[in-house]
Amino acid sequence: MYKELRKYIVSLLEKGKRNDGRTLDQYRDPVTVQYAISETAEGSAQVQIGDTVVMAGVKLSIEKPFPDTPDQGGIAVNVELYPLSNPEYEPGPPGIEAVELARVVDRGIRESKAIDMKKLCIEKGEKAWTVGIDIVTINDAGNLFDACSLAALAALKNTVFPKYEDGELNYKEKTKKKLQLGKEPVSVTVYKINKSYIVDPNMDESRVYDARLSVASTADGLLSALQKGGESALTAEDINIMVDMAVEKANFLREKL
Amino acid sequence: MDGRALDELRPIEAKAGIIKNADGSAYFRIGKTVAYAAVYGPRELHPKFLQDPKTGILRCYYNMMPFSGIGDRVRPGGSRRSKEISMVIQKALKPVLELEDYPNATVDVFIELPQTDAGSRCAAICAAAIALADAGISMKDMVSAIAVGKVDDKIVADLNYDEEAYEDGPVADIPVAVLHNTKEITLLQMDGEISKDELLQALELAKKASDKIAKIQFAALKDKYKVNADQR
Amino acid sequence: MGLLVKQKDIVVPGEVLADSIDYLPGMHTYRLNNNIIAKRVGLVEIEGRALKLIPVSGRYLPKVGDKIIAKVVDITMSGWMLNINSAYNAMLNSKDIMRFVRKGEDLTRYHDVGDYLKVKIFNVTSQNLVDVTMKEPGLSPLHGGRIVMINPQKVPRVIGKMGSMVMMIKDKTKCLVNVGQNGVVWIKGPAPEAEFVAIKAIKKIEDEAHLEGLTDRMTQFLDVECAHLQGLKSETQEEEPRETFQSFQRSQEREE
Repeated sequence: MYKELRKYIVSLLEKGKRNDGRTLDQYRDPVTVQYAISETAEGSAQVQIGDTVVMAGVKLSIEKPFPDTPDQGGIAVNVELYPLSNPEYEPGPPGIEAVELARVVDRGIRESKAIDMKKLCIEKGEKAWTVGIDIVTINDAGNLFDACSLAALAALKNTVFPKYEDGELNYKEKTKKKLQLGKEPVSVTVYKINKSYIVDPNMDESRVYDARLSVASTADGLLSALQKGGESALTAEDINIMVDMAVEKANFLREKL
Repeated sequence: MDGRALDELRPIEAKAGIIKNADGSAYFRIGKTVAYAAVYGPRELHPKFLQDPKTGILRCYYNMMPFSGIGDRVRPGGSRRSKEISMVIQKALKPVLELEDYPNATVDVFIELPQTDAGSRCAAICAAAIALADAGISMKDMVSAIAVGKVDDKIVADLNYDEEAYEDGPVADIPVAVLHNTKEITLLQMDGEISKDELLQALELAKKASDKIAKIQFAALKDKYKVNADQR
Repeated sequence: MGLLVKQKDIVVPGEVLADSIDYLPGMHTYRLNNNIIAKRVGLVEIEGRALKLIPVSGRYLPKVGDKIIAKVVDITMSGWMLNINSAYNAMLNSKDIMRFVRKGEDLTRYHDVGDYLKVKIFNVTSQNLVDVTMKEPGLSPLHGGRIVMINPQKVPRVIGKMGSMVMMIKDKTKCLVNVGQNGVVWIKGPAPEAEFVAIKAIKKIEDEAHLEGLTDRMTQFLDVECAHLQGLKSETQEEEPRETFQSFQRSQEREE
């Protein structure tokens, strides 16, 4: 369908350029993180990458722990692709795109053990905190993977516990107790178009790529989650290059927090 | 209750054109209630059986973000409340729009709120009105909405959450939408108890408040063009 | 009492432009009692006693006579269905192109889904069903190049007086530039860098269309940006094959 567009983009990439003037490993301008954008959330953040804007909010609630992990709390990640943000989105329950985004963000946070689940326990077998992270799109101009995971992490960094006294949860009063983050996993998605590798695709590039690899890494260079997408296959060499690129760019994004 | 005069509104902020993908968009904040609105249209309407060959239609979708409630997380997916609010918003805006210019098409308005503190449907209407104008939909008048009412024995404008939830005396929460030039009312609802005279007083307060709000809505639309001038 | 705004003021829906019956409501305004009120966000134009607005936003509404750039989205029995950047699609009948199409022929031979065509609107029904033709000089398919979307309200500024603005962009960037009234712009240049400058220039006009001194600013902008484009040869338009029924008949006769 986008044959002409793809030919054009590929020819530019071979010369080391992109159709909006960037280099292959350049993020759009600006990349910003704003904290506390929702006073009703326990923690929140807004991330902007180029024209893409997403918001993330954390709500803490108290639930009964799962029977197989009675001393641990839980995390739940949900992504909503709002029709507000893109003329192609329709109102309705999350489709596969939103579900994949949510699960990739979830893995990055959960597997890196960024949150110590045991510290979320209030009463073994009875009560534990559940960290509910909701990420929503305000303007979708490409690269939701990176924007959503960065927003989720930023919202977590901004999270404080609400007052919980004598079995009563009072959301209107916030304590000074911050949610502790052991690690800060940052996800970067590298896209392969023909023989070139780029980060932060714009909408045009999002329509013509062959394969993508989302890599969540922590500051020490360890990987905590991977997700391959796209219709084409990747070689081990591709993955080698893409992981290196992702870890390097993760440091760039981490500085924005 | 929060130190304001009876007819004083909470601080208001409004901006137009903040969602690039949309044909028109706006941000509207009153006190701690914030609404984002995006308009897409006129655009093709599917499925075909919804099309009206004599006129375009207006569809409104009001939604609270999961972290926007004062207490628990709000489950995504809409509720009976959000469906009803979507409908009253649509009825508040439709009278001023010249939808006959767009037969068989639809104008879709999406409103999302990241945080709320009472007056959310009114904020939504104010944001949507700015966004519709921003999108270039023909509008005969500006629509401004405010929640007026009664707390104890005082008639007040712009109730906040604590006032809405006041339990030590009679309360009436009355969201009203007013057209700027004709002062006609396109939204009127009430929760609580109030006498007819008090209601009429409250409506007068609403008309005055709507003037203040309309000025801010006008400024938001004009500022979008001033900003470009400053950037030169 | 009287006129409350000046020429080129920005006004918004619901704003009162004049409160005396001496004035008449022009495009995008209406009269309510003694007041002339705006119906759009736009710039005020005062023509004698009539007040009209030039809107700054709004999607494209099809008009007879407009030359637009359309994209083929479907093939039907009688022709091609086109997206014209509006809430409405347009139909191009197979008899309205410069080639002769025999009955029952496969229409994708001529134009396929995804192709961009420059066409002219010759009919709009009361329900906004649109008919277009490609059978006039200056109308043709557009091969290769880039498509850029702009606000249809800004098209006159991008074209300029007597085409002066778009001419300047074409000369300096050495690109072919075709501007559709529906806000779709086609650009083809000798190199991607040249196309990139043309796109930036057009976006700049879109952003600053309502400000004074645009022509001077664009001249400056283009001089600076095109400095490194020296040495590029201008792009030229390919000739489209033209076929009338007579030439088709003649070619048939030759075959026999």
